[in-house]
Amino acid sequence: MIALGLLGFAAVLLLALTFWRRRSPAILRPIDAYERLNRAVGLAVESGTRLHISLGRGNLLTARGGSALVGLAMLRRLAERTSASDRPPVVTSGDASLAILSQDTLHSGYRAAGAEEQYRFSTGRLTGLTPFSYAAGTMPIEHDENVSANVVIGDLGAESALIAEASDRENSSLIAASDDLAAQAIFYAAAQEPLIGEELFAAGAYVGAGAAHEASLQVQDIFRWLIIIAILAGSLLKFLGMI
Amino acid sequence: MRIVPIISAIAAISAGIIVLLGYFVSIEPLPDLRILLTDWAILIAGMAVLVGIFNLVAVQMEKIRTRQKGAAYGVLLVLSLIITFGFGLLLGPDHPFMRVAVDAVIVPVEAALMAILAVTLIYASIRLFRRRMDVMSVLFLIAAVIFMLAMMPTPFGPIPGDRFILFIEGAVARGGARGLLIGIALGTLLTGLRVLFGVDRPYGDN
Repeated sequence: MIALGLLGFAAVLLLALTFWRRRSPAILRPIDAYERLNRAVGLAVESGTRLHISLGRGNLLTARGGSALVGLAMLRRLAERTSASDRPPVVTSGDASLAILSQDTLHSGYRAAGAEEQYRFSTGRLTGLTPFSYAAGTMPIEHDENVSANVVIGDLGAESALIAEASDRENSSLIAASDDLAAQAIFYAAAQEPLIGEELFAAGAYVGAGAAHEASLQVQDIFRWLIIIAILAGSLLKFLGMI
Repeated sequence: MRIVPIISAIAAISAGIIVLLGYFVSIEPLPDLRILLTDWAILIAGMAVLVGIFNLVAVQMEKIRTRQKGAAYGVLLVLSLIITFGFGLLLGPDHPFMRVAVDAVIVPVEAALMAILAVTLIYASIRLFRRRMDVMSVLFLIAAVIFMLAMMPTPFGPIPGDRFILFIEGAVARGGARGLLIGIALGTLLTGLRVLFGVDRPYGDN
């Protein structure tokens, strides 16, 4: 019941803050990775190069699907913004359901931008069903398809090092985030601008996906403070021998 | 007005709410409905794998047809897929030939990629300073080396102070990791709520 109550509280907060954010958009602190992403999108459209978006292999039937859904929300905005480009972005996934959703998201992004004829089914790809086959299928795209920037966002593990290495070899930008701690450590070493921890979930807000994404960040902040207070209070009570 | 996006949004949101309530509320028929909907989702995910493989083949066939870079690898992939799929259907997955295909091809290839990964990680660590020369990068690399030395077996036995290093790893590093995981859990929770409210609809041409 406590969990359901917390969930209800989060839902009410999200709704209330979304309505508030529609009236007064949030001022977000600058995150270098997202600034680089916005520059890379503009550069890709102008120079006629491709954007490669890798959504990882997050199974939507598990908790790992959260990061995949963030990637899809960002993909929708990027598809709209790159619809004017001669070379549409390529999206790769390591999960079949995610690959189908990426095609759907690309299609709807182009339709929203009034460029439905730009959509090609082959731009949303399943590149492998195991971690390493997914990495092995993704790496050649960075070499073969004139990619100028790689956006790797989703559930990836240690295999992300191979994707990061392929990106580095082609001298293309790499904006990378994962919900996996091993992949975060790899991206810290391998990406120009890594995203750490929950910064992954700020993607929607930073690419202009709407008030609900900005409100989500605020709800996360509120809950983070509540958790900090709960941990400190619990430690104090334990120290005093009251629990 | 397009009807498909509306129907798909109603189906997704109602299924999501029923499954969520089925977890927390044990009033019939919610738990049974949760199990039923989860089973349907697993079935659909199984079918999605076939659709995904079809997509993989279609992309490779297009590569071959338009003679793009790497088309030869596409031919190899499609042929291997057809042969293993055909033999798998005829002989079954437990047949010795199929075991050989897995043990002699797939396992060694993945092991080779794992070995490349180890080299890649060392190379990435070396290049870290070329990319970002700041205090955090120095700390990151020093911490990684010290923790590895403390954890791995060395020819000279345990390094001096290994217990203290492992204590730090347990108290500080795991604490930090838990902090990151709490942040990720909160982000996942809010992402789920946005999908339940229909704000994010990555389905049905929305």
